[in-house]
Amino acid sequence: MEIKSMRFKANAAGSLANVVLQGNLKNAKGKFVTKRAEALKDLDDFEGTRDAAVAIRNKVIDNLDLWLERFEQKAQETGATVMWAKDGAEVCRLVTEIARKHGVTKVTKSKSMLSEEAGLNQALEAAGIQPVETDLGEYILQVDNNEPPSHIIAPAVHKSLDDVADLFHKVHGTPRKTEIPALTREAREVLRGHFLSAEMGLSGGNFLVAETGSVALVTNEGNGRMVTTMPKVHVVITGIEKVIPTLEDLSTLMRLLPRSATGQSISNYFSILTGVKKPDEHDGPEHLYFVLVDSGRADVVGTDFHAMLRCIRCGACMNHCPVYQTIGGHAYGWVYPGPMGSVLTPLYAGMENSIDLPHAATLCNQCGVVCPVKIPLPDLLRKLREKQTERGLRPLTERIGLRLWAWVAQRPKLYALGASLGARYLKWLAGDADRIRLLSTAPEWTLGRDFPAPQGKTFRELYAARQKTAKEST
Amino acid sequence: MARVRVGLFVTCLVDLMRPRIGFAALKLLETAGCEVIVPESQTCCGQPAWNSGDAPGAVALAKKTIAEFEGFDYVVSPSGSCGDHIRTEYPTLLAAEPEWRDRATALASRTYELTDFLVTVLKVGSVPGDHEGSITYHDSCTGLRSMGIKQQPRALLATMKGVELREMNGCEECCGFGGTFSVKFGEVSAAIAERKCDNVLASGARAVVGGDLGCLLNIEGKLRRMGDENTKVLHVAEILAGDA
Repeated sequence: MEIKSMRFKANAAGSLANVVLQGNLKNAKGKFVTKRAEALKDLDDFEGTRDAAVAIRNKVIDNLDLWLERFEQKAQETGATVMWAKDGAEVCRLVTEIARKHGVTKVTKSKSMLSEEAGLNQALEAAGIQPVETDLGEYILQVDNNEPPSHIIAPAVHKSLDDVADLFHKVHGTPRKTEIPALTREAREVLRGHFLSAEMGLSGGNFLVAETGSVALVTNEGNGRMVTTMPKVHVVITGIEKVIPTLEDLSTLMRLLPRSATGQSISNYFSILTGVKKPDEHDGPEHLYFVLVDSGRADVVGTDFHAMLRCIRCGACMNHCPVYQTIGGHAYGWVYPGPMGSVLTPLYAGMENSIDLPHAATLCNQCGVVCPVKIPLPDLLRKLREKQTERGLRPLTERIGLRLWAWVAQRPKLYALGASLGARYLKWLAGDADRIRLLSTAPEWTLGRDFPAPQGKTFRELYAARQKTAKEST
Repeated sequence: MARVRVGLFVTCLVDLMRPRIGFAALKLLETAGCEVIVPESQTCCGQPAWNSGDAPGAVALAKKTIAEFEGFDYVVSPSGSCGDHIRTEYPTLLAAEPEWRDRATALASRTYELTDFLVTVLKVGSVPGDHEGSITYHDSCTGLRSMGIKQQPRALLATMKGVELREMNGCEECCGFGGTFSVKFGEVSAAIAERKCDNVLASGARAVVGGDLGCLLNIEGKLRRMGDENTKVLHVAEILAGDA
């Protein structure tokens, strides 16, 4: 997917100015947060489960090659073919080749963020193969001129009921419907034909289970089952970090994933798919392929950002992020938005292509608090800022300003003088008022709020004067 | 028993913008029986450098602050954000230098946010303030999520007869300040602040109170820009000390 993260600031300004989007964001905001909080109540030991989940994920990512080999061997034993993709381009090439080999002209797709990373739909179309998104949110986006998703589990969360009503009326050429059941029925009717005619199904994978060679899928609409069982070919595309050791581990992680994501104790559909259709079985794919994708993940192993590989893609961090809630996902400019995206985008799509993202957070740590696998997201964002500085990627004025400030702050007398002058300058700017309307030295501050006036003298000045008076009076 | 010797870490923001918060903290600690020393050479804890990716600057300021404050029984600051930077981040950012790391760790265990210190260490049961009126409390992010500051200010406020606490919706949500975030992404920061201010106004309280000046300047600036001239914006120390 094309990366537009360098335009974060302009994107964010656009989001703030978009009245419809702001309304949609406000509507969506509370739902995830409230439902998650409710769903956690029936979990006996949330903290204990989190610790167990962290241990499981660490066990894998600390020895990733080992677990991947185990998974590969088991998957092959079940009749699946395991392929490795270095990057998005290789994903596109492999999937296109698989499709050609089986004479595929149409592919139905269940949700896959890896497919977004790789820009797979465009590649398939270019090869004359029709990709059809069947997750309702993804379908809405696909028929809306291939709009990118704005959330990892609720891709069309930025759209309102009205938006979708208008869209379906336009693209389906049907009378405009305003009830959600009518709209979903309309989508089902369109998709049913595709489910029946597609020769290949393509899904992501929430987890890969090493002990059985299975893929676990967490979905809510049933489309995942249609995609993975009806066509004769099923292709799973997922990141190499998604492997976990055992089914027991899967059950631990499944206590956390739906609760953290949608606030459900269990998703409507939870599938564990193992191998190809056996001679005595009635359904399932005749051919099963796993395309396991690196795309920057292996380079993160063993670095300061290693913990990020624990991520189970629940979206809780963005649901609770004040910045995401305010500007939505598109502003982040690539596949993954919110705090996890602000860490992943620099790592996978290039630090130099996403200068603003590590700074696009208040470091409030609400993301770290809700993360089911305890990824210290604010620490990782801060670490990325450090790397940017080391690599000279921040604006020169900012770097010089920071160094100068730190230099002065190490020299108390000079600092005291500077603070004293600063307090007086700001007080002078405010005049008789208790606020400054336009602060030319920090114009960003006064774009949307006033700057309260200082008292006029610094604490150290007033304290010194008080100490002097006290001394004189004794 | 010898009086507890407390080093008051004023914070650069209080020094520059609101000295009265520093004096309120001083009064509260002295009233509670502490000997309070204000090291003259203190400047900033270095958090802005650390959060902006300037590790060398952050390390230098951490060492300076440790040297200034390690001689006291306790370090107390009227800020959860600065207090936590000393308590949680210093040992981390000095991890590569064992001697300094150990000094940082020793200091960290004796570093407190003001209300936490009054309640947890001094077990203060009454305060000098006599504030009258309704207030709503904004829980600042770092104090709340890293230092566990939640009940401490409320416990102290509950000892004041004239104070009526009206909790707002989303009191634990970020106000959008975020240090340098507020000047790097001013529009986003102000938009987040607007939601906080909507909640403040909806609470109907006459004052919004918090424990971190950065958040308070952000909230006050947004309230005034929104046209609200009535809601007072106060640091909890000002209320507790009777200076507001």
